Amino acid sequence: MTNRHFGAPERRLEDPKLLTGRAVFTDDIVRRDMLFAAFVRSPHAHAAIRAIDTAAAAAHPSTVAVFTAADLGDVLRDVPLVVPPPPIDGLVFNKRTQRALAHGKVRHVGEPVAVVVAHSRYEAEDAAALVTVDYDPLPVAAELEAAAHAEAPQVHDGVAGNVAAIAHQMKGDYDAAAAQAAVVIRRRFTYEHGLAQPLETRGVIAEWDSGQERLSVWASTQAPVSLRGGLADMLGLTESRIHVVAPFVGGGFGSKLLMYYPEEIVIPWVALRLGRAVKWIEDRAEHFVATSQERGQIHDAEIALDANGVILGVRDHFLHDTGAYNPYGLTVPINAQCSVLGPYVIPNYDSRFTAVFTNKPIVAPYRGAGRQHGVFVIERLLDLAARQLGMDVAEIRRRNFIPPEAFPYRNGITFQDFTELTYDSGSYGPILDRLLALVDYDRFRREEQPRLRAQGRHVGIGIVSYIEGTGIGPYEGARVRIESNGRVTVATGVGTQGQSHYTTFAQIVADHLGVPTDAVDVVTGDTDRFHWGVGTFASRGAVVAGNAVNEAAEAVRDRLIAVAAEALGCPAARIVLEDGRAVDRDHPDKTLALGDAARRANPMRGAVTPGTQPGLEETRYFGPDAGTTSSGAHAVIVEVDPETGMVEIKTYVVVHDCGVMINPMVVEGQVRGGVVQGIGNAFYERMVFDAAGQPLNATLADYLIPTAMEAPTITLDHVTTPSRQNRIGIKGVGEAGAIPVGPAFAQAVEDALAPLGPGLEVLDIPLSPDRLWRLVDRAKQQCGARQIDALTMT
Amino acid sequence: MKPAPFQYLKARSLEEALAAKAALGDDARFLAGGQSLIPTMNFRMAQPTALVDLNGLTGLAGIAEQPDGTIGIGALARHRDVERSAVIARWQPMLVEAVREVAHPQIRARGTLCGNLAHADPMSELPAVMLALGARLTAQSVSGQRMIAAQDFFRGVFTTALSAEEMLVHVAVPPLQAGTGTCFLELARRKGDYAMAGVAAVVTLDDRRLCRSARLAYCAAGETPVLAEPAAGLLVGAVIDADSAAAVGTAAAEVLAPTGDVQAGADYKRHLAAVLTKRALLAAADRARGA
Repeated sequence: MTNRHFGAPERRLEDPKLLTGRAVFTDDIVRRDMLFAAFVRSPHAHAAIRAIDTAAAAAHPSTVAVFTAADLGDVLRDVPLVVPPPPIDGLVFNKRTQRALAHGKVRHVGEPVAVVVAHSRYEAEDAAALVTVDYDPLPVAAELEAAAHAEAPQVHDGVAGNVAAIAHQMKGDYDAAAAQAAVVIRRRFTYEHGLAQPLETRGVIAEWDSGQERLSVWASTQAPVSLRGGLADMLGLTESRIHVVAPFVGGGFGSKLLMYYPEEIVIPWVALRLGRAVKWIEDRAEHFVATSQERGQIHDAEIALDANGVILGVRDHFLHDTGAYNPYGLTVPINAQCSVLGPYVIPNYDSRFTAVFTNKPIVAPYRGAGRQHGVFVIERLLDLAARQLGMDVAEIRRRNFIPPEAFPYRNGITFQDFTELTYDSGSYGPILDRLLALVDYDRFRREEQPRLRAQGRHVGIGIVSYIEGTGIGPYEGARVRIESNGRVTVATGVGTQGQSHYTTFAQIVADHLGVPTDAVDVVTGDTDRFHWGVGTFASRGAVVAGNAVNEAAEAVRDRLIAVAAEALGCPAARIVLEDGRAVDRDHPDKTLALGDAARRANPMRGAVTPGTQPGLEETRYFGPDAGTTSSGAHAVIVEVDPETGMVEIKTYVVVHDCGVMINPMVVEGQVRGGVVQGIGNAFYERMVFDAAGQPLNATLADYLIPTAMEAPTITLDHVTTPSRQNRIGIKGVGEAGAIPVGPAFAQAVEDALAPLGPGLEVLDIPLSPDRLWRLVDRAKQQCGARQIDALTMT
Repeated sequence: MKPAPFQYLKARSLEEALAAKAALGDDARFLAGGQSLIPTMNFRMAQPTALVDLNGLTGLAGIAEQPDGTIGIGALARHRDVERSAVIARWQPMLVEAVREVAHPQIRARGTLCGNLAHADPMSELPAVMLALGARLTAQSVSGQRMIAAQDFFRGVFTTALSAEEMLVHVAVPPLQAGTGTCFLELARRKGDYAMAGVAAVVTLDDRRLCRSARLAYCAAGETPVLAEPAAGLLVGAVIDADSAAAVGTAAAEVLAPTGDVQAGADYKRHLAAVLTKRALLAAADRARGA
């Protein structure tokens, strides 16, 4: 097999459809006699529901039905835990999951209390406004640290201190290490709340076919197969009687992964109850309170180093805001806990977190899923240590990298996939070297920065390294089939939200079968087309489903060659697959088209003998015993206006290693998009709640995501360290770009403002011009007025 | 995010639109670009009983230079028309500078200058620019027309001197005096966002390049756009340099009352207004010297 497509920067096969408006999204789907739903949502962060009066809403001329928790019967129960916690010694875990509609109490603003079904969304909203709910407001636990107090208001009765979980992971003896240290740095780091903003919000359409006795659900979800499982559980239906389709999905970033959102259960239930198709499309105002959020953590962390800047140990105790319910288990805080270790040798580690219930929307993974927080903590600690030791920021990292000969590298703690956190392979030193060369680091330090500083300009650089755990199990599967017209169909259960699976999976298959990629039709996200699977999250789609596709394609290739060898009357070893045909290498005029081979494998007589099956079709499953570890380094050069706190990104460079690349252009798209999302994380995105748990900036005018105009030009390069976890050597890349931007930005801003004195430290993210102005102001006060006047006059 | 029920009337003539408004009163709203009105209706913060759509009307979209140099802008002139008008670029470059800061091209293609002024959002750039330029606004109702100075037009948040029956049909921007330079500066978190602070500066220099007169107006500075006359008055007769401009910035910022929000505290906004004032005055004075 020659790699003509695998590894090539090919254009995306899905783009013509997307760019000409032919891609069908959930809201494009129209069913006969379809009704529209609107939800009545809690305006309170915490309140008892005394009574709900639906009479006026029910009397609205367009209303078909109004339902509350009291109508749900058996469906009114806690949804299943999506991800159980990993087995960690001494773990405390209090499971509290949401229900389809709030019953008795509401625990966050936006929690659904009732659903109104009408002939249009407009009228459904008119009628929903007529539902009156008698609330008895309760004390609110909104702010993370306050909610963690033993005497704080309880989000769930009987959960003192709102403890959702406590997990303590240790290796070595941190105290002993710290006692030997030349330098110990201790700081508090805050990472604020935020949430994903996919272009397409969530949406669900459900329809019950009483003739076939089947429920069809179209949902903008990252995990259609898992959603089917949850619906079967909740609605008491056989899985095979439920058909879930995730059509084109306009971005997910984790937010379409909190399996069993209330709306995902209520809408199918209503469709069953009414025997009519029902559509609900989340609007942006709902998205801000009804979809999962993330990020909120407070870390008290310290690092101990010897006089040469070698890390002796790290201690990190942190609080994790898990929102009102914890259906997604501990994925986010475990990721944070593991990510603190980074690409470094950290012999002694003491990490303990408390996950805390708060009266805020549910917290579940958002691109990065806790990794940002961990990377921020370790990178900032290293920066502060370098400053104290008078050491270069690149050098202190280099001195602590896990060396190439140490792989596979075992970290001695448990990862989110229940296995020991183990890095399969990595080239951390070469990545950093390449980055420093691309950004011309030495020249910047030696010439550029001094020259600009002499002009009174405040320009600084940030250099950070990171790793990303990707490609975790349990498994995905794929079926590859050569059709009778010679085209190839690939079906898998992962679902796709813009990751280019239609292209990359086709590239994997095309080389094996000797066909062009545009002869390969990839089907994802339809439970009738492929029954088994888990979902697209944790940067795992390409690795796990991709390897299943690869193995299925290999198996089909073997069968194709056997059929061709028989048909052409030559040994199998002489068969070459090219241009959609099997060719006898020694007699190029003897060929068999793939379509003919497929027909030959499925004749009208004598097709199937014992131990064989018809057609050219194979299904394979791939279940890695552990994940793959991607890595990279980012450099950013910023210019700060200390008078206003505004920051301009002048240069952004990424060197990334996700092993062997299926399509470098797709990898680059993932990384660039991630970096821009990371810039949002570093400087813009901050979901603010007041002490009563009310969101204060729940619109896209006030919750700032970077646009094309805030996106810098990004220079990108690759280092390729193949994975040891799969035969094609690939690793995940979905979240990488977003992860290290915060600490890179923070370091660069500090460096730019270093002339103000040593006191300015960026410990909270996101930064904003207002916050930076205040930091500058404080640094000025510490430094003394005279020195600063000389600086800001320029 | 769907609006509450409302009645929709497509006006076929100005007279018909004004008659409808006279009949329906305060609960009816004119629809021009709809770029502020429709979102607030979708959030159900505004629930007008009727919309009177002006978009079919002819003769209201013009931008014209009058013999005395005044530039007239009609009710249906879009932001994009203002932004691309050669006449405005030539004689009132600050208006172009400011309108480019209004949201994004898609919104500017639909939103109108007069609609923006009638909406009277104190966060918006254009009311402040009209104050700085001393614009005159024409209100019309079934009973006739009247002229309102920009200074008297903005009464509060989303509140103007227009009566329930009136439409803002025209804005007249008087010509700049000889030796005048202008500058609009703002700082927003992202391109197209509402500004954290914004200032419109108009500086006229005399033959000796001393300041003959100066006007400073601010958006995002309180419940209405704010004209900082006493602070600007400090410059009269002075050389405009970094020191004098900074002093005026500090003085002007003291009279501003910006509201803190999740992006920026009130003290920070006031500080930004002072910094921007200094920078805008220096730029306007430079342009005046070149004028």
